[in-house]
Amino acid sequence: MSEVMIQLLLRSIWETVLMTAASGLISLVAGLPLGLALIATERGGIAENRWVNRILGIIVDGFRSVPFIILLVALIPVTRLIVGTSIGTWAAIVPLAIAATPYYARVAEVSLREVDRGLIDAARAMGGNRWTIIREVLVPEALPGIVAGFTVTLITLVGASAMAGAIGAGGLGDLAIRYGYQRFETTVMFVVVAVLIVLVYGIQWLGDRLVARLDHRA
Amino acid sequence: MNQHVLAETPLLADTAEDDTPTRSTTHTAARDEIVRLVDLKRRFGETPALEGVSLTVRKGEILGIIGRSGAGKSTLIRCLNGLERPDSGEVHIEGREISRLGENELQPLRRRIGMVFQHFNLLSAKTVEDNVALPLKIAGRPKAERRARAAELLELVGLSAKAKAYPSSLSGGQKQRVGIARALAAEPALLLSDEATSALDPETTRSILALLKDINQRFGLTILLITHEMEVIRAIADRVAVIDAGRIVEEGPVWSVFADPQSEITQSLLGGIRPQLPKEIAEKLSSVPGKEAILRVDVAGDAARRPLLSELASAVPGRFRLIHGGVDHVQGEPIGSLFIGVAAKDSQVAKILDFLTARDAKAKVLGYV
Ligand SMILES: Nc1ncnc2c1ncn2[C@@H]1O[C@H](COP(=O)(O)OP(=O)(O)O)[C@@H](O)[C@H]1O
Ligand SMILES: [Mg+2]
Repeated sequence: MSEVMIQLLLRSIWETVLMTAASGLISLVAGLPLGLALIATERGGIAENRWVNRILGIIVDGFRSVPFIILLVALIPVTRLIVGTSIGTWAAIVPLAIAATPYYARVAEVSLREVDRGLIDAARAMGGNRWTIIREVLVPEALPGIVAGFTVTLITLVGASAMAGAIGAGGLGDLAIRYGYQRFETTVMFVVVAVLIVLVYGIQWLGDRLVARLDHRA
Repeated sequence: MNQHVLAETPLLADTAEDDTPTRSTTHTAARDEIVRLVDLKRRFGETPALEGVSLTVRKGEILGIIGRSGAGKSTLIRCLNGLERPDSGEVHIEGREISRLGENELQPLRRRIGMVFQHFNLLSAKTVEDNVALPLKIAGRPKAERRARAAELLELVGLSAKAKAYPSSLSGGQKQRVGIARALAAEPALLLSDEATSALDPETTRSILALLKDINQRFGLTILLITHEMEVIRAIADRVAVIDAGRIVEEGPVWSVFADPQSEITQSLLGGIRPQLPKEIAEKLSSVPGKEAILRVDVAGDAARRPLLSELASAVPGRFRLIHGGVDHVQGEPIGSLFIGVAAKDSQVAKILDFLTARDAKAKVLGYV
């Protein structure tokens, strides 16, 4: 590979990492509360509210049912409003985050639902309010699952960010398509795939280690 | 460990009550009662769980509620701290009716009622120490105080060495000790225990019950415990209430209920720990007078302290044999149950029955073999 190619590769790696990390972070910050809201408002939850639960569910699943490539294009006006442009790496973060947030909300919801009801009873019996239950029981007890789910979400985002090339976001996927596929530079294709494999394995490994450290259940 | 661990503080300040003249009279009249339940009813859809339960818990006592699985025990105990809301009826905690309070109003009240659960319900993500300190954290107490108090309580339950461990590394008995320490953290005036020993082996059960009894005696803590095992009642309760199908069917001091169980359900719950007619004989029993009459004799209290059998032997001529039975001691009261075989001559049997009845023993002919 030429010097220029290596520069290009490094830039693409950075773009992919940036897109994945930034949209991942946003989906965590927005998706976890959304997951908590879904759990809290469901039947028998700590803030039972049928309508809120139903509306949240419809919004979350609505976004999840739109294929990402369509979301990418459909969200262009929103992206322009937020980032100021609809082209480039930063512009891709908006649709990626918006797609990942409802996905992560459902993933987090599953972990939160696994928290034993008896633990919520115990916190209530101690005089804890909803906030206490969320902070002391739901989130800490579900944390291993929340982290494991976040790992899955990040890896999904690595894949999804490849499609963001369609709006000029760059990244490894874009590089592979433009050089590896369209210009038949097989080496580039192989290197990109190798880098992606390392990236995905790395994220999974870190996630697994973190989960192991956090998990004190039997 | 000193006597200040559990301060004798009232659950609710008297000022918290809007004292109407009538209420203050009932309040004074019931100075020593900490809980009063009036006609509690609760159903889950079509399933009735409580069908009118009225009950009092007195300050400083251990009241045991026993019943079969599904009798409504958990529903009942959960009404006391508002985890469950009755459909109708009243729950008075130190004179204050709480059954219609909102979740926010219940919170300060719950901080003064400790609860121990069958499956311990410890937080797996927190250390033992942090589990014990959680009620204090919820009550907004400073960190230094929480630590000191957790250390004190772990010493009380004999788990100081495990302060930094996570619950998953503890045995069942140790987990329940942590559960008890946690329930005591906020100096409750009342401790609720829902089948606290049902997930434990017999030996661990004994040690946990001994701990509860010790806490009750040293700190005068009122305990309401629920169980399906008479052994538990026998080991630590002062009074027992028997619940069946959502109703209290029998209630009284443990020894008197053991000595003279009225309801069928109580008799059946006692079955495991009171002498029963041996199966081989029970199977042969018939109501048609045969060679030998089988008598069941129950004595308790003073009647059980006298030399009943030798008196019987010298007062009534003829021979009898002891088939099975013995004298048990519950709360220091002797309770005897004996199965006796006598030659089935009417006069002989009648004489024995008269003799025993005259000495406050309950005697009846079960049948003949
Ligand atoms: N949350 C609930 N939803 C529906 N039915 C319930 C619920 N809790 C208890 N029940 C029913 O109420 C009855 C009494 O239950 P419970 O109080 O748990 O009994 P116990 O603790 O004596 O075993 C049972 O028939 C049980 O199935
Ligand atoms: Mg129960």
